[in-house]
Amino acid sequence: MADSIGPELKINRANGDNCVLPADEMRKDHMNHLLHQRDDTMYDGIRTEKFSLKECINCHANKDEANKYIPVNAPGEFCQSCHAYTSVKLDCFECHATKPRDTAFHPIVSDKMKAVADVHELPKTKSMLDTLADKVGAK
Amino acid sequence: MSEQKIDQYRRDFFTKAGATAATGAIAPGVMLMQVGQAQARPLDQAISNKNRWGLLVDSNKCADGCSDCVKACESENAWGSGSSDEQKSDASQKAQWIRTVTLKNKLTGSEHQLPMMCQHCEEPPCVDVCPTGASFKRADGIVLVDKHICIGCRYCMMACPYKARSFIHEELTDQSPDVPRGKGTVESCTLCVHKIDRGDGSTACADACTHQAILFGDLNDPSSAISVEMKKHATTQIRADLNLNTGVRYRGI
Repeated sequence: MADSIGPELKINRANGDNCVLPADEMRKDHMNHLLHQRDDTMYDGIRTEKFSLKECINCHANKDEANKYIPVNAPGEFCQSCHAYTSVKLDCFECHATKPRDTAFHPIVSDKMKAVADVHELPKTKSMLDTLADKVGAK
Repeated sequence: MSEQKIDQYRRDFFTKAGATAATGAIAPGVMLMQVGQAQARPLDQAISNKNRWGLLVDSNKCADGCSDCVKACESENAWGSGSSDEQKSDASQKAQWIRTVTLKNKLTGSEHQLPMMCQHCEEPPCVDVCPTGASFKRADGIVLVDKHICIGCRYCMMACPYKARSFIHEELTDQSPDVPRGKGTVESCTLCVHKIDRGDGSTACADACTHQAILFGDLNDPSSAISVEMKKHATTQIRADLNLNTGVRYRGI
């Protein structure tokens, strides 16, 4: 029933069909879970993945034809579709990233591995380019 | 509901497990446990005041003209050259989490460079003046801005003796997923809190410093490298007269 109303969502099923809770619970309660997690993270440094906004984005950001991430708050994208339909302003993304960062690494990946990846992948920012240039120059 | 309960059980278990580990560390030969403790905090366990994170900056080692720490911070936290944002802001408006400062002794002519950033005070003036409670200190001594409740009044910027905070003047879109930043809020060095929470045991600036001028560690742990260094050598707090007990200490100034 709930599926018959509202906009059709672009859902990325690459990571499976299930969200962290059943879809009807997420529709109703996602903001409460996010709000709760927000304070736990901010004040207590608790960074569990289940209700982390970062993990929402990691799963729900879609890619365009050029294989680039589309911001989740762009028209027609996962977050924005429902928020536009219900006329609820989406404040999260005034500060939070709207797509996974290509240089963002999973917490279990150590910094040494990150450093290796930094060298072997294309540098993404000017400062990384500079750093790389320095490294090459030093050799 | 039941899930919260399970989380509570897990937390109790980890708390007890942590306590046992700490006891074990007293025995000789098990000291490694203690060193590894920063990494051992499970993701779902709250931080505590057992740790107090800080930095020791040796300005004698800090090389003139080098800005590796600033670049690393920009890249890690996606500000300045690490982000495509803030094109409209002028130099005085742009974010600055860390900067290099050159001190000159007029008598002797000697010059020192040192990195300057949020000093993560134990008694932070920015927290005292914040009208909404957005500026706060975590249990482990890291001073942060809760941007969810920051109204952008900038009292903290005026209160900070170290000029460590910046205000964001324009809309941003190129943030790092680990480092939320947004228009109308104040921000400053977070001591790479996202790295600390995931157990990296270092900050971007300390990692990047090829001169080993920046040392990150736990000021509460007498066996940590930073505590050992601070016990061995005379260190300074900038504006020590203010009695703020800063978490960032300096050598050689």
